[in-house]
Amino acid sequence: MSAVIESDHHDHHHGPAKGLMRWVLTTNHKDIGSMYLWFSFIMFLIGGTMALIIRAELFEPGMQIVKPEFFNQMTTMHGLIMVFGAVMPAFVGLANWLIPMMVGAPDMALPRMNNWSFWILPFAFGLLLSTLFMDGGGPNFGWTFYAPLSTTYAPPSVTFFIFAVHMMGVSSIMGAINVIATILNLRAPGMTYMKMPLFVWTWLITAFLLIAVMPVLAGVVTMMLMDIHFGTSFFNAEGGGDPVLFQHVFWFFGHPEVYIMILPAFGIASAIIPTFSRKPLFGYPSMVYATASIAILSFIVWAHHMFTVGLPLAGELFFMYATMLIAVPTGVKIFNWVATMFRGSLTFETPMLFSIAFVILFTIGGFSGLMLAIAPVDFQYHDTYFVVAHFHYVLVPGAIFSIFAAAYFWLPKWTGHMYNETLGKVHFWMSFIGLNLTFFPMHFVGLAGMPRRIPDYALQFADFNQISSVGAFIFGTTQLLFLFIVIQCIRGGKKASAQVWEGADGLEWTLPSPAPYHSFAQPPVIK
Amino acid sequence: MKPSKLLRLPAVLACLGVASAHAAWQTNLTPGVTEVGESVYQLHMIIFWICVAIGVVVFGVMFWSIINHRKSKGAKPAQFHESTTVEILWTIIPFVILIAMAVPATGTLIKMYDASDAAVDIKVTGYQWKWKYDYLNEEVGFFSNLSTSQDQIYNRDEKGENYLLEVDEPLVIPVGKKVRFLVTANDVIHSWWVPDLAVKRDAIPGFVNEAWTQAEKVGVYRGQCAELCGKDHGFMPIVVKVVSEPEYKEWVLAKQEVARQEYELKNKEWTLDELMTRGEKTYGTYCAGCHQPDGAGLPPAFPALKGSQIAKGPIESHADIVLHGKAGTAMQAFASQLNEVDIAAVVTYERNAWGNSMGDMLTPQQVAAMKNK
Ligand code: HEC
Ligand SMILES: [Cu+2]
Repeated sequence: MSAVIESDHHDHHHGPAKGLMRWVLTTNHKDIGSMYLWFSFIMFLIGGTMALIIRAELFEPGMQIVKPEFFNQMTTMHGLIMVFGAVMPAFVGLANWLIPMMVGAPDMALPRMNNWSFWILPFAFGLLLSTLFMDGGGPNFGWTFYAPLSTTYAPPSVTFFIFAVHMMGVSSIMGAINVIATILNLRAPGMTYMKMPLFVWTWLITAFLLIAVMPVLAGVVTMMLMDIHFGTSFFNAEGGGDPVLFQHVFWFFGHPEVYIMILPAFGIASAIIPTFSRKPLFGYPSMVYATASIAILSFIVWAHHMFTVGLPLAGELFFMYATMLIAVPTGVKIFNWVATMFRGSLTFETPMLFSIAFVILFTIGGFSGLMLAIAPVDFQYHDTYFVVAHFHYVLVPGAIFSIFAAAYFWLPKWTGHMYNETLGKVHFWMSFIGLNLTFFPMHFVGLAGMPRRIPDYALQFADFNQISSVGAFIFGTTQLLFLFIVIQCIRGGKKASAQVWEGADGLEWTLPSPAPYHSFAQPPVIK
Repeated sequence: MKPSKLLRLPAVLACLGVASAHAAWQTNLTPGVTEVGESVYQLHMIIFWICVAIGVVVFGVMFWSIINHRKSKGAKPAQFHESTTVEILWTIIPFVILIAMAVPATGTLIKMYDASDAAVDIKVTGYQWKWKYDYLNEEVGFFSNLSTSQDQIYNRDEKGENYLLEVDEPLVIPVGKKVRFLVTANDVIHSWWVPDLAVKRDAIPGFVNEAWTQAEKVGVYRGQCAELCGKDHGFMPIVVKVVSEPEYKEWVLAKQEVARQEYELKNKEWTLDELMTRGEKTYGTYCAGCHQPDGAGLPPAFPALKGSQIAKGPIESHADIVLHGKAGTAMQAFASQLNEVDIAAVVTYERNAWGNSMGDMLTPQQVAAMKNK
């Protein structure tokens, strides 16, 4: 740490080193943040390509393009890559870039570990992707990898999958420790907890969730490994084991994981909406409390993913009530954002467009979530396209739109240039249309009875699937435009001021654009 | 926000356009043909309209601001950012709505969990990739396989009306009677789902889950496996025929008679040709899913039988793996699934098809002897 700060005093050491080794050895939060973001974008394109293979096969009834075995590998890998490779690293990248600037620190608290936690990822995902070329193919048991399909009946490559998951877990935990250490220790004097920007708050809570549940994921894959190679029977009924145990342990990780992917998005929306409403965020303290309540509740709702496994009636009722309860703090957040916009002075730059779409579409995803919480009705919804529609509505316009919003919002601060606003808006509208065309019809086919994860379907589902496939290709190809906009913005463009946005508020906007390599060499003064 | 509406319009129109072109399109949950299904449907509609109402209020305020409080119209921002009263209100009101929802939901759930006093008990077992039905009190049992042809699936033939939702032998139940299902699985987890009967239960190896239905209308109802169970997860449909009580009784008797005849077949003297013909059919229904119609398998998951060491080796070990399966692999024990004749036929077929030409055959009597050992 002290070495990093010292180098600020010598101008000739100010910038980054040159060449490839800059990236391999860097301990700088901005370099690492950028690498996380680029990595995440590459994974987003790979996972997206897999989604397009799925949508191409589902364009019409009958098997046309792939075999069912390969289809299953695509659905599995698409899920794993989007969750662990695209969304999570993107948020860690944003945390790296923003948290030191937002709390008034020069860098993250543990820079060397920061380097480590990033560089594990390319190896983890290289390993995961390589399973596709192995004998028997890659993981084909769904991203939820239920045993015994993922143990006794799995392809041989499952061992590599397990190892890759372990590596991702190690990376996430190190990233989370770093975030916590930075927020607890490196805040500028005078920045009390209740003065922290909400992005910092939501990430702090997310980091605790990560530390709590990633070891559970590691535990469950280790139990799988033991069942596969060392003759144990955790999940094997023939040996006295329990396949349902797998689901309990998996979802004890999996449900908080869902919030890991959405809490930082709440933080982003809470920064952008006030900026373009030119009005302070409504109900800051209630936002903090709501985030914390959601995080706590997320530990006691896991079995709502398992309403049909044959839980006892009491269990069924408990998990139904607990799940419905989550709607309350989530509602508070949405009401607060709307109240922030109310009687503001609104403008609609690209980050604001993405944030408004985030609030609307995430709310729609929340509504279907509330419907899914009603256990007796979930018997009909469970494992259908209705569920697919639900979680894509919370994850794509939820997590991914908020990441786009964040990118457009802070790009001028990162690069020192404004991005092309017209292209940004085109990107937004194409994504918005593509997304709704893709996922809205899925509600209908799901209610009409189409199960998820099937490579072929009955004729009555054909037309809606066709619309979904067209939407998916619109959404997918549009993302190349985003790549173009970002590269263009890095290479040049209108100079950005320090303030960038008229209504922006926070420490990062007191730094010049682009922000200096070591953010705050001197702690700023907090009013 | 003008461009937003303009741009969204085509999408909305496209959806409406297609929707009206297909009036018969199902876009909503089915109430089905049971009382439970009806109350589930009611719950679904109530919660849906509650969501719509909340949506109208929230999005209404939002769009009001978007339209009226924009800078381009000269809106000056207010500076309020707190109101404890409002915060308490919008915590309490949703909470009350939720309680109002939870009450009827609890009632329906309790009803769903009461499987007592059933008139018919059926054990449902999920296999990769077919269903087995055992009528516990009638001593009737059979497998139910997808009957859509590979030619339809691979687009070499026109697709039929019930494409992928048809089986060789449907489950038959009496109308107006409470039927209890005991759901389990033989290999991986499956899920038995018929929307019109409002039943979805996971079929889990080592567990027996209970569910029940009481269909109030005669008819044919279709469903599918709802839990990813491997390669042919999309190809293991469920068809339930609900028939009148007398028709059901007749069907049970006929089934029992067929079983008796099958039983007698095993004492008959079979020729190689007869076994081959029967074996081809059995193979197509029970084995081709994994080992493929041409015997080439899908290595390494499912080995080829064409030219395989076992199919061309001693007949006893060949019969042994078919009877008892291989623990820890997808190769199931077929001793409990197929009768002696079918085992004899399929083994004979595998030894003589696809150029394996061993020229030998296994008789049902030999199979019976092996089974009794
Ligand atoms: C669910 C998939 C599946 C089905 C259905 C299936 N098998 Fe198999 N079968 C396998 C697998 C997997 C193996 C390899 C077991 C091992 O690892 O040795 C196998 C192995 C065999 C072998 C030994 C082949 C060799 O050379 O090792 C024979 C013979 C065989 N099966 C016959 C049959 C017959 C007859 C049927 C139908 C009655 C059938 N199988 C149905 C999956 C299946
Ligand atoms: Cu199944």
